[in-house]
Amino acid sequence: MSVVVDKSKVPWWVSNLIVPLVNLTLALIVSALFIFIAGENPLQAIKLIIYGSFGYIEGFAYTLYYTTNFVFTGLAFAVAFHCRLFNIGGEGQAYIGGLGVFLVAINFSFLPVSVVWLLAIAGAFVFGAAWAFIPAYLQAKRGSHIVITTIMFNFIASSLMVYLLVDIIRDMDQMGPHTVALPENIWLPTFKDLAALFGMKIRYSPLNLSFLLAIAASFFVWFLVWKTKWGYEMRAVGHNTQAAIYAGISPYKNIIIAMLISGGLAGLLSINEILGVHHKIVSGFPAGYGFTGIAVALMGRNHPIGIFPAAFLFGILYQGGSEVTFDMPNITRYMFVAVQGVIILFSGALENLFRPQIESFFVNRLNRRVEA
Amino acid sequence: MEFLADIASLTNSTLRISTPLIFAAMAGIFAERSGVIDFSLEGKMLMAAFVAAVGSYFFGNPWVGLLMAIVACVSLSMLHGFASVTHKGDQVVSCVAINILIIGLTTALAAAWFGQAGLTPTLTDDQRFLEITLPFADALRDVPIIGLIYSDILSGHYIFVYLAYISVPIVYWVVFKTSFGLRVRAVGENPSAVDTAGINVFAMRYKALAINGVLIAFAGAHLSTAVNANFFREMSAGRGYLALAAMIFGKWHPKTALVACLLFGFTDALQIRLQGVELPTIGTIPVQLIQAVPYVLTVVLLAGFVGKAIAPNAIGQPYIKER
Repeated sequence: MSVVVDKSKVPWWVSNLIVPLVNLTLALIVSALFIFIAGENPLQAIKLIIYGSFGYIEGFAYTLYYTTNFVFTGLAFAVAFHCRLFNIGGEGQAYIGGLGVFLVAINFSFLPVSVVWLLAIAGAFVFGAAWAFIPAYLQAKRGSHIVITTIMFNFIASSLMVYLLVDIIRDMDQMGPHTVALPENIWLPTFKDLAALFGMKIRYSPLNLSFLLAIAASFFVWFLVWKTKWGYEMRAVGHNTQAAIYAGISPYKNIIIAMLISGGLAGLLSINEILGVHHKIVSGFPAGYGFTGIAVALMGRNHPIGIFPAAFLFGILYQGGSEVTFDMPNITRYMFVAVQGVIILFSGALENLFRPQIESFFVNRLNRRVEA
Repeated sequence: MEFLADIASLTNSTLRISTPLIFAAMAGIFAERSGVIDFSLEGKMLMAAFVAAVGSYFFGNPWVGLLMAIVACVSLSMLHGFASVTHKGDQVVSCVAINILIIGLTTALAAAWFGQAGLTPTLTDDQRFLEITLPFADALRDVPIIGLIYSDILSGHYIFVYLAYISVPIVYWVVFKTSFGLRVRAVGENPSAVDTAGINVFAMRYKALAINGVLIAFAGAHLSTAVNANFFREMSAGRGYLALAAMIFGKWHPKTALVACLLFGFTDALQIRLQGVELPTIGTIPVQLIQAVPYVLTVVLLAGFVGKAIAPNAIGQPYIKER
């Protein structure tokens, strides 16, 4: 039944391109089935998704705006995962990161704009990292399972932020649970502003300068994980803790650093959401992006080069998905949460479903060509 | 007397609130004792709540709903087994996938079938489970002490509450006193030794997961066809994770896990009781902060301030038969 393949003979593009694409196709077939069960036509839904995400310039800008969020949360999950830590707490870390952005931006708004931005980025990173610290410490020192503690910290973050938004930092002139708006001069320039420079007129666009920060963060993660001594140590702890200890690498230190960076990256989501789009803290602004990061990272095989296209794909799903929910009364945005689950299942847990068969198929074909 | 009545109502709510946690913790014990991590208790509980509510609504009988919930949860357990036992996928990833899938799917289907709010229709009394008044409860109500304990605390619960407390000794007996339980535990501690003895490791893990699915279905049905009369979005509200924490805190043992579940139930009952109440020196604690108490307690318990929890030895590792 089982197929044995010599791993060294498998070309890289088979294991890193063909297998993920097959898994993705399976996930999309299952998702189409869900749409069918919900009483809508899956082919029509796909058409709407493609039109919504590529069909017009505003739609495409929305796709890239979502991509920005997913790059941050995807990178966040990936960094922790290289140390074999499941940081499911991106949602809470992003929420608390938003508090950091807001507090910094509102208190230092008198400084030059670029300085405010840099400070806000630091605020987002530090607050997000701080929220990841306790779960990290408990995992490192007490062995408390990080999946449960980070999930609990999501719930706690949500309670804490609602409390703050209702009782402490709410804009007291307004009814809704949100803060006052940040001064307009420190808002991040949007794609609309950029288009205006070139004489192009578009309607509203949430896409903003944080897209460049997402690209920078991807380079940062690549450099950190694969090109520094610390990245090496972290991956060593993740691969084989015992061997790492034998080599003099401290698992405690690396678990905590990995989680701090992971939490910080999740916190950066709030640069896009708060400095770029809402310009104030809105209740529940992370809106599930933290969880989507898990799917993005697993699909992108935890490498920035994979995470970027995976984030783009989820951007298409989100933006195209909102087009679908607009046109199809039976589909709500929760359908696309289910789709994420299916993608995590096929590209994460079931990634070995057809891998041996596919790999042996290509190895045999290549061998035949060499012999011929 | 008012103080006694307060204690009675608090105890009564503790018993009720602990019920889904107990089913989930018992379900978790079966999976994890056999060496399979089960973070998907949360998703399965939600699935059971959804299926039980929909089944009861369409067939007009809560027992049919429960049966369908059992089928759904056992299927999800088998999916988890297919990914993590047969295909040796990452067990945590498989659980996260199931949880996210179910959060999305249940709400999406509820919205597609019953309208945008994502609620299932409210069940009528003959479509759901009702409170059971124990025999003589009314007659004994005025007897001091006994009346309080029997009529006010023990009587008047949903059937799932009684089943949950009955399930604990049964799970204890199966896991620790039968040869089946011995095999389940052995598969979780040292699968290769069990394999050498001629027992199929994979089959044992699948059996344990099947029992896990049956038990967790009761937790979900309790939520949507007993305490509530419909399903609503994310109604499990983290209970699957709380139960898992209770199980770990209870060292994968039914009796101690029960104690931990009761502790969670009590905190939650107290939390509900304290909402809006003026406390001496502190004043009124904001609702949002009180609601976070069970989650904070989970973290505190997991931090293991009462001794380190030792998991089954082979947990989380797929078994690879030697070639």
